[in-house]
Amino acid sequence: MTTGEKIIQECRDLIELLPSQALLAARQKHPGLRGLAVFPVYAPPEVIHAAGLMPLGLFGAGGKLETTQADSRFQSFICSIAKSTLELFLCGDLSPENGFEGAVFSSICDVARNLSSVVSRNAPDFYIEYLHLPQNAATEAARDYTRREFHRFRANLAHAIGRPITDEAIAESIKLYNRLRELVSELYEHRRVRPGTIRTADLFAVVMAGTFMMPEDFIPMIEALLAELRTCVPVQRDSVNVVLEGAFCEAPPIDLIDSIESAGCQIMDDDLAIGWRLFSRDVPATGDPVANLADAYLTSSAYTSVRHNNGQPRTKGLLQRVHDSHADAVILASAKFCEPALLDYVLFRRTLDEHDIPHLKIEFEEKMWTFERLRNEIETFTESLLFD
Amino acid sequence: MPTAAPTPTDSRPASDYGGVVHDLSRDVMTSWMNQLQAAARSGSPSAYMMVSGNCVEILRCFDILPVFPEINALQLAIRKKALPYILKAEEIGYASDNCAYVKADIGYTLSEGVGEHGPTPKPSMIVCNFVGCNVYIKWFEHCAEMLDVPLVMIDVPFVRQGEAVQPGDLHYVIAQLQGLIVACEELTGIKFDIDRLREIVGYSARAEEGWSRAKDLCKHHPAPFDAYFDSINMMGPINALRGTKEAADFFNAAVAHYEQMVAEGIGATDEENFRVVFEGPPPYPYYRNFRNLFANWKAVCVQSTYSTVGGTWEFGFRHDPDRPLESIAEQMLVHNLCNRTMQERYRQIQRYVQEWEADALVIHSVKSCRLFSAGQGDMREYFTKELGVPTLMVESDLEDPRYYAEAQMKNRIDAFFESLEYKRLREDAR
Ligand code: SF4
Ligand code: SF4
Repeated sequence: MTTGEKIIQECRDLIELLPSQALLAARQKHPGLRGLAVFPVYAPPEVIHAAGLMPLGLFGAGGKLETTQADSRFQSFICSIAKSTLELFLCGDLSPENGFEGAVFSSICDVARNLSSVVSRNAPDFYIEYLHLPQNAATEAARDYTRREFHRFRANLAHAIGRPITDEAIAESIKLYNRLRELVSELYEHRRVRPGTIRTADLFAVVMAGTFMMPEDFIPMIEALLAELRTCVPVQRDSVNVVLEGAFCEAPPIDLIDSIESAGCQIMDDDLAIGWRLFSRDVPATGDPVANLADAYLTSSAYTSVRHNNGQPRTKGLLQRVHDSHADAVILASAKFCEPALLDYVLFRRTLDEHDIPHLKIEFEEKMWTFERLRNEIETFTESLLFD
Repeated sequence: MPTAAPTPTDSRPASDYGGVVHDLSRDVMTSWMNQLQAAARSGSPSAYMMVSGNCVEILRCFDILPVFPEINALQLAIRKKALPYILKAEEIGYASDNCAYVKADIGYTLSEGVGEHGPTPKPSMIVCNFVGCNVYIKWFEHCAEMLDVPLVMIDVPFVRQGEAVQPGDLHYVIAQLQGLIVACEELTGIKFDIDRLREIVGYSARAEEGWSRAKDLCKHHPAPFDAYFDSINMMGPINALRGTKEAADFFNAAVAHYEQMVAEGIGATDEENFRVVFEGPPPYPYYRNFRNLFANWKAVCVQSTYSTVGGTWEFGFRHDPDRPLESIAEQMLVHNLCNRTMQERYRQIQRYVQEWEADALVIHSVKSCRLFSAGQGDMREYFTKELGVPTLMVESDLEDPRYYAEAQMKNRIDAFFESLEYKRLREDAR
């Protein structure tokens, strides 16, 4: 195994863990480390890290857990991530005893909003934060509001853990996460310009693993991986270049990504774990670092399906993503019952049709064990494009 | 298909209670719908707006007619005309799991129900009062794109800690309302007049007072009206017509009527056997059938959460002519059901059960509306296990008739009331 292969395997193993196990793994290097879980899509990890905690991506349990108790709390027509997230709290995996201080949710959809309230009722000893991220980016008032909201988060978290979170510490964390985001986008760029040197399933495992590790441990890994990838020779395949869109919250099973690739698609860009690599520019570490994070959210984040932006509709964002990544087609992959993604599909489909960009809609859920049917569907789609 | 759209002559809610208040409500609502039809022909200014915690008072200040796509969808459902529109929306990509209010309204729009050929005017502006429900944003983005109409977003921060309004949130909402005022001035050429807004807000406060008194009268045994099925008669005037003299007068008359009923000991039904609190929107496509399943048991709803999507006035909030913009913002932020947490809703229901002396909680879980339904299983758990309140949970939809299974619904409801009756007998025997 090469170093790169070992790193990828390590990441693949890491994302198979439950949150408590991932925290335990991080404690090998950081004894006594405690964590704060971050439900998608976005909350500033810099503030959490500066508090001396590990910001940990709370993407549900990804089929690793039986949802024995949560099924009766959330009905059949609710997405899997909501149920398995609640299960993680109910079964005690996410608990103060396992080293967690709490969790943070944000205003992405009606389900996530209710989930945060239900979790806080069922985990009364926990610090549960709910961020209302702005849906009106254009005004001066939005800037003030967002800064206040980020400051409120910092103050509440500091209160919950009983120690201050200093500007200096946040500035240091910003630098770390700037570097991390830079490396992740380099990895994305690498996949785009040197196709075949890294599979998307592997890239996905690496990015997701980054949400299960301390950034200072993740950065050297990804640097080593990139160093090796730069020496690899691109392999040209007969494939359709696609953008994968719609999995901004619940993560698809890694086997699904494998299936998309083995059915003849080369994924050029995607919105997987987008909240963890949201900013297109470095966040300044000088001045008021919390205000800088708020401003970055307003002015330099990638579009997502859970945020309104009058000046920059998501349909335009998707076209841009297709254009920039030189994709030929789009796979609109949404979590089952995910209202934001399913509603966005309507406008995406309309826009893609207007621009003659082929697209395919698929749905996924956590407990998905066979991919044969989907694979066939994707194969038919790619063949129709390759042999058109 | 647009012929299936609501028309003024056929706007009776399918309630079994066709009494005085129902007729009064129909009259004021019909007059508004006539205005909508006239605006559809003349092109006079109108704006889309959502029901929950809305800021309709500002539109009225500029003579902009409010149009509520939710009410459109509701009326299509109650007249059993929604399904073809839902299917039409699904043809262009809406999923079976999407909110069917959105689908019915979009299908209706695509069938020329909106604009000069239909009874609903094409809006001059779309005001997205994002109060709680994230689907609102998508819905109005879709309308804006499909109708090619500018969208004004009013982002209302969700209640995050208890009930207190945070000063920053208030400031943020007021600033956006000021932005809306500028947009209205530009649209109509009318200069903003704060005194006019005070007058309008004064009418709102009068209607809210009436709402609150009417709801309070349901504390009497028997309750003079069913606070779930009949409250639709009050929801139209309070949410769509708030800020008008007509709505304020409607509530005066409604309260006078209910007070008289209470004085004479007359209830919503001939006999009140069970008092229940309802949670969740009703199944509009089968409104009458569903009501009958409760009427069979002489079960009367004495309070409901759904009726408070627009405002929780029964707990004291009033718009304030001395602080018009501030109070509009406060209403949007805190004093409505949609912008509050599940736990706040639990507390609201708990107060209802205690203060309105209810025997049970009935949860109608709606697939379309995750704002209401996501987590209702936890609610049931909390009320049955922790508070000891008998709780029934049934599932269907508020708009899509395909999700209503009458026989199954009846079995569940009958079994529930049988067990309540049995429990009562046993307690009486002790
Ligand atoms: S998967 Fe979709 S519906 Fe579920 S919590 Fe995430 S954004 Fe909300
Ligand atoms: S989800 Fe519920 S509140 Fe939101 S638009 Fe649909 S029916 Fe209305």
